[in-house]
Amino acid sequence: MLLLISATLLLLLLPTLLGWLGEEYLISLASRILIYALVAVSLDLMLGFGGMVSLGHAAFFGIGAYVVAIFTHHSFDGSPVLSWPFVLPGLDGALVLWPLAILVSALLAAIIGALSLRTSGMHFIMITLAFAQMLFFFFVSLEAYGGDDGLSLFARNRFPGLDLSDDTHFYYLCLAVLGIFLLIAYRLVSSRFGMVIRGSRDNEKRMQALGFPTFRYKLACFVIAGAAAGLAGALIANHTEYVSPGLMHWTHSGVILVMVLLGGSGTLFGPVLGAATFLILEEVLAIYTEHWMLYLGPALILVALFARHGIYGILTGRERNNV
Amino acid sequence: MLLVFEQLLNGLQLGVTLFLLSAGLTLIFGIMQVINLAHGSFYMIGAYVAATVTAYTGSFLLGLAVALPVTALIGMLVEMSMLRRLYHKEHVDQVLATFGLIMFFNELTRIIWGRQPLFMDVPAWLSGSIELIPGIPYPTYRLAVIGVGLLVALFLYLMFAYTRIGMQIRAGASNREMAAALGINIKRLYTLVFGLGTLLAGLAGVMAGPILAVEAGMGESILILTFVVIVIGGIGSVRGAFVGALLVGMVDTLGRAFLPLFFRLVFPAATADGAAASIASMLIYLLMAAILIWRPRGLLPAHS
Repeated sequence: MLLLISATLLLLLLPTLLGWLGEEYLISLASRILIYALVAVSLDLMLGFGGMVSLGHAAFFGIGAYVVAIFTHHSFDGSPVLSWPFVLPGLDGALVLWPLAILVSALLAAIIGALSLRTSGMHFIMITLAFAQMLFFFFVSLEAYGGDDGLSLFARNRFPGLDLSDDTHFYYLCLAVLGIFLLIAYRLVSSRFGMVIRGSRDNEKRMQALGFPTFRYKLACFVIAGAAAGLAGALIANHTEYVSPGLMHWTHSGVILVMVLLGGSGTLFGPVLGAATFLILEEVLAIYTEHWMLYLGPALILVALFARHGIYGILTGRERNNV
Repeated sequence: MLLVFEQLLNGLQLGVTLFLLSAGLTLIFGIMQVINLAHGSFYMIGAYVAATVTAYTGSFLLGLAVALPVTALIGMLVEMSMLRRLYHKEHVDQVLATFGLIMFFNELTRIIWGRQPLFMDVPAWLSGSIELIPGIPYPTYRLAVIGVGLLVALFLYLMFAYTRIGMQIRAGASNREMAAALGINIKRLYTLVFGLGTLLAGLAGVMAGPILAVEAGMGESILILTFVVIVIGGIGSVRGAFVGALLVGMVDTLGRAFLPLFFRLVFPAATADGAAASIASMLIYLLMAAILIWRPRGLLPAHS
């Protein structure tokens, strides 16, 4: 608890601290960490709590980002997104656009989830991977929005009362979004819904014998995770002011999965730690060697073999705790 | 008609390449119950070793002869040192470790060979083209790829159906505890199967070398196609992999070639090309989804 409070304080004061140190540019990295933490926590809802190993989570992240980028692009152009069967104008107000990004990601997650959850285990991993790759190729072939080269945003979205082009404002918004989602996720996993999800992770047949329609519960979990990833995508599009199909590539899904496992799956703060560790490590190692992946790769193998509960497990010395 | 024939052969060529990759991987999945993302890395290693040896000696056959044992050896070393410890772990751990393996191998090839892609020449005795049907020339090298792929398929069939080791592999695939109880050395069998799988992946890499650019990360794009093949064919089933590979190779190649033509009949040319390109790139995944709805365990599941 003490650790939690001090971490929250540190995050709240971070922009001021960095201002004193004269390292304001690090704010942008901090926002990036918060965004990846959000998508990692959403994956962990499925993976750690629901036992669904998805290797296609970046698809929903990318879809959220593309929804924002496409609407913002048209809003700047003054051209409609759709002119048939009805006219759909461009948008750049975050309060409308971001919920739309969430909605589109959730819908897609419902379709992909309904198909993928017909299977489990190894099949599930490969099928989520394949569907994500399908979307990747779809956006690569979408010449109208840059295809392989991606699409630049002309400016960040408008948000009432905040100036998102100011990195500090943007940082606090990301922090608030992550905080709220962690709270929702906490309530979710400790609720009856969370119990059923965790139950079907450990023994699905028994849960079914008890009368729970586990498919529906797992699908709901899949959709919630996809929706949150879509929100994270909306944030990352605003953060980098650029989107590309690379956001959906399966290796990007792999990176998100690595963050979850590095931090500790089946916990809520583990993925946050994992995202921070991964991104900071990437920055630091890149200073010393351009071949940092040569060291990260074997490190991941060691984590897989010996550190089952990730950094969170090492820090707290606990086995997988359920919240 | 001319175009149709050529595209059919192109589809067949992609199909046999995918078969070489998926035959080994489906066995690794089916027998060892381990999810291996690093299979594409062995494809890449095969291509790099062959390209290097060929560039030094000028002999494609020598490149092939060196690349195959080297790839198999690296594969067996990886199995003995690392993968073996993952068999009893959860799938997530296997994903994490083999993802780490991909990073390692990709970066290693960047250090050894640099970031520029290598290009392999088609050997002189396979360059040029053959007229299978009078008036329709087709590159000899691509025909050779198809021939080698079909030969390997025949070899695997004979091996599984008629040899002792093939019988042991089939036994391991359908019930490994029972196979072990009957005195099969499961540890050695696993290493051999993994070596066979990586050898076939390396072969696919060598064959693809003169057709594609040899570069770090070349294994990742084809790995996903391999997964689609395995899902369609059924995990652990080599026959399923053969059917799935040809299906995916054909559908992908023919879709890309002919969908724009069909769409042009209905829509104006500009819209037609854009829409056709998008749908063609998604076609095999839609095929996979359809087969999944129809038969969740694949077309020819190994043990039904």
